[in-house]
Amino acid sequence: MTSTTAGRFNPILWLGAPMALCAAASLIFALPMQGFGLRPPEPVFALVPAFAWGMTRPSILPPFALLILGLFLDLLWGGPAGLWPLALLAAYAPVLYARVFLSAQGFWGLWAWYAAACAAALATGFVFTSLKAGVPPGLIGVGWQFVATVALFPFANRLIERYEDADTRFR
Amino acid sequence: MSLRDGPLGDVRPPILWLAGVALALAAVAALALFLGDRREGARPRAYAASRNAADTAIAPVGDVLAAPVRWIDGAAQTVGDYFFAASENAGLKRRLAAALTWRDKALALGEENARLKALMGVTTDPPLPVVFARAVIDARGPFSNTRLIDAGSSRGIAEGNPALGEHGLIGRVVGVAPNVSRVLLLTDVESRTPVLIARTNGRAILTGDGGPTPQLAWLRTHDPLRDGDRVLTSGDGGVLPRGLPVGAAVKGDDGTWRVALDSDGSPIDFVQILLFKTFAQLTPPGALQPRDLPSTATEAPVAPTQPAPTPPTAKSPGGRLTP
Repeated sequence: MTSTTAGRFNPILWLGAPMALCAAASLIFALPMQGFGLRPPEPVFALVPAFAWGMTRPSILPPFALLILGLFLDLLWGGPAGLWPLALLAAYAPVLYARVFLSAQGFWGLWAWYAAACAAALATGFVFTSLKAGVPPGLIGVGWQFVATVALFPFANRLIERYEDADTRFR
Repeated sequence: MSLRDGPLGDVRPPILWLAGVALALAAVAALALFLGDRREGARPRAYAASRNAADTAIAPVGDVLAAPVRWIDGAAQTVGDYFFAASENAGLKRRLAAALTWRDKALALGEENARLKALMGVTTDPPLPVVFARAVIDARGPFSNTRLIDAGSSRGIAEGNPALGEHGLIGRVVGVAPNVSRVLLLTDVESRTPVLIARTNGRAILTGDGGPTPQLAWLRTHDPLRDGDRVLTSGDGGVLPRGLPVGAAVKGDDGTWRVALDSDGSPIDFVQILLFKTFAQLTPPGALQPRDLPSTATEAPVAPTQPAPTPPTAKSPGGRLTP
């Protein structure tokens, strides 16, 4: 029984498809766009799989997938290398160790915990950027990015639902 | 004998423990990358080759994806021009009336300026060459504000070159590949730009914080700053030329002086790069040629020369000495 359910779980698809989608979405949102003098927000799409992978099952692959995804964001956005890997791992680590508790949460409860994970990631980015640049980044900008990223929770929930029953050993 | 058949074959470390080890390894790698990274362009070759390679790969993709955005933007602009033609016409008439007044003043000042320059023998700065480019990636998050543009070293762009929008300075080039460049915007948290206050000639360092209005840090000025004071590049440090328009001073909500950037209202997809390298560019080449000056090095000491005889003087009728 276990082998059957485990057989449905394809790690390449579990990691590769969200990574490709996140990279594509980040690229599209990084295009020069402006309407009525306003520019669209810049959500961190990579926090969606960071949360969902931690929730689905423990594995040795997601940390390295987040490392690659974070480096892609650093190169795309021109930020210091290593900043977004650290931020994504800061969101992933508590979710990984609290997944049993989080599994018992409903949709809205899980959304609140997803927001907490996003806050952990952006707080990490804030601290490391402040240390590197010598001045803290503006909190308004951080707040806008937080709001835009938290709004992506339905995608994270969809990813969790897609894979939570794929391997019954980790239910 | 395979590993599974050995004495440790039955040892199965918990997957959560292994995941923790992987997490720690990834975190250490990320921290090492972060500590070793340098992206700020004040130091030559600070921008790593890996970043240049990534920029080169990302730029064409961004260029292709940005094409529909540009078409939609152009179409929206056309529709807007059609519907708002009347109000725009009225606005343009007002601006034209104001501009005519300024034109008369500028003509008078230009004439006076030319006369004073001729009187004092001042030579003006030669014009700097400019490269026009299109932005293909625009990072606008709180931790990095950069733009990737589709022109690079093959068109003469070098690290440190100032980047201007339609209305003023937007940043400077920090990374260059043959066909793409990365521009660090004034709003980036790592951006530091020496500026001057045009009215008081005071100095400050324009410090980005990821928000739209960078802060004026290390402000030194005799007269207090006023809302609307023009802010220009000071040229201190030699990275940027003096006098590029930056914006206007505004008091921020946090009580600090900030700058509303001139480039805020301008289109974000086109940039112009000034090919400024050093202040030597702004000096007429002849002024830098070595001249025949008397040598200061001698092989043997020479006897002190006698002071030259004083020329005869004559007393003027008014009692003053004249040569």
